[in-house]
Amino acid sequence: MSEACDRAALAAPLFDYTLRLADTALILGHRLSEWIGHAPVLEEELALGNIALDLIGEARALYSYAGAVEGKGRDEDALAYRRDAGGFRNLLLAEQPNGDFAATIVRQFLFSAFAQPFWRRLAASRDATLAAIAAKSEKEAAYHLRHAGEWLIRLGDGTEESHRRAQAALDELWPYSGELFERDAVEDRLIAAGIAVDPETLRAEWQRTVSAVLAEATLVAPERAWMQSGGRHGRHSEHLGHLLATMQFLQRAYPGATW
Amino acid sequence: MNAAGLRERALEAAAHVFDPEIPVLTIGDLGVLREVRVVGDTVEIDITPTYSGCPAMRVIELDLDAALRAAGIEKFRISTVLSPAWTTDWLSPEGRRKLAAFGIAPPAGQTSRRALFASESVRCPRCGSAQTERLSEFGSTACKALYRCRACAEPFDYFKCH
Repeated sequence: MSEACDRAALAAPLFDYTLRLADTALILGHRLSEWIGHAPVLEEELALGNIALDLIGEARALYSYAGAVEGKGRDEDALAYRRDAGGFRNLLLAEQPNGDFAATIVRQFLFSAFAQPFWRRLAASRDATLAAIAAKSEKEAAYHLRHAGEWLIRLGDGTEESHRRAQAALDELWPYSGELFERDAVEDRLIAAGIAVDPETLRAEWQRTVSAVLAEATLVAPERAWMQSGGRHGRHSEHLGHLLATMQFLQRAYPGATW
Repeated sequence: MNAAGLRERALEAAAHVFDPEIPVLTIGDLGVLREVRVVGDTVEIDITPTYSGCPAMRVIELDLDAALRAAGIEKFRISTVLSPAWTTDWLSPEGRRKLAAFGIAPPAGQTSRRALFASESVRCPRCGSAQTERLSEFGSTACKALYRCRACAEPFDYFKCH
């Protein structure tokens, strides 16, 4: 009885929490998929496509679960394709444009350095479905982090031009890293219930990973304290609307279309 | 037919479903086929994806569906389960042998978490040399990495430890 009550009371924050994770995975996955046909070398074409697939696969599992928790009959397609920008809860970092290859790598690195320990911790969640998705995602995030980390070192400690571009990308994207560690009432409720991860507990590990790779890459993190915020509450940069216009076109024009 | 017989028939049907990307491996060899049980008069089959976004899963499901129908099984349910997460430790010894014969280096040993930039020692499936180098962590499918043999100069796929 009390467990059922707890479950009902937690449904709203659990939906929000799962949706945020799903949106970030989908939007970042879609961004990476934009490289298909444009990557600098064939190996990177495959790598970015593979990482995009992992992220979109994670998003599908998370959307399906969010829809079930919400209980209003929305499936993964309804959540992915039939919400407007204001309804999306992804991190602003995920929707930032691909830019040059350095910007894509910096975006992926800052995110993956957080995602890998995040999934590892969420795998111990008291919510069995989130724990299962997390255990799967963590193994994939380890590859994503290694891939982005290796590239960042190669670019930063590479030629004069690759160093310049990598540093410029880091300066541009760094202010989006603060949102990784934000926590609000949604997390508060779920952390207390042993379901969500307190992002603050991941900061030291993220910091260590980032510092080690930047040092080897001869790159310097900006000291700016001000951070961008808003994606988790539906306040987005202008980039998201353009992304959705492309991604959602088919389902908007032909609702319910299937292969 | 009794439950045991029905399960036998379903297993036999599933044994002939191959991975669409690595056509020498059955879904049993891969560890994608997790469980076959009979509940009442219904066959319930659990499959698990190798990687979250593996596009082969849908094809595997359709092939499994067709194989079960061809075996005369009408009442069945195929579910995708995520836990426990798939690992290459579930690749059967037969599967490893078939991979090598097909020209794909099987996963080197058991899964263990590598340090951030540690690399694996992979043998060339063609000449057997250990003098190989990784070209890319990501290959033609999510489960493979791209390697090159420094001895015989052939590029090859490595089914990576996961």
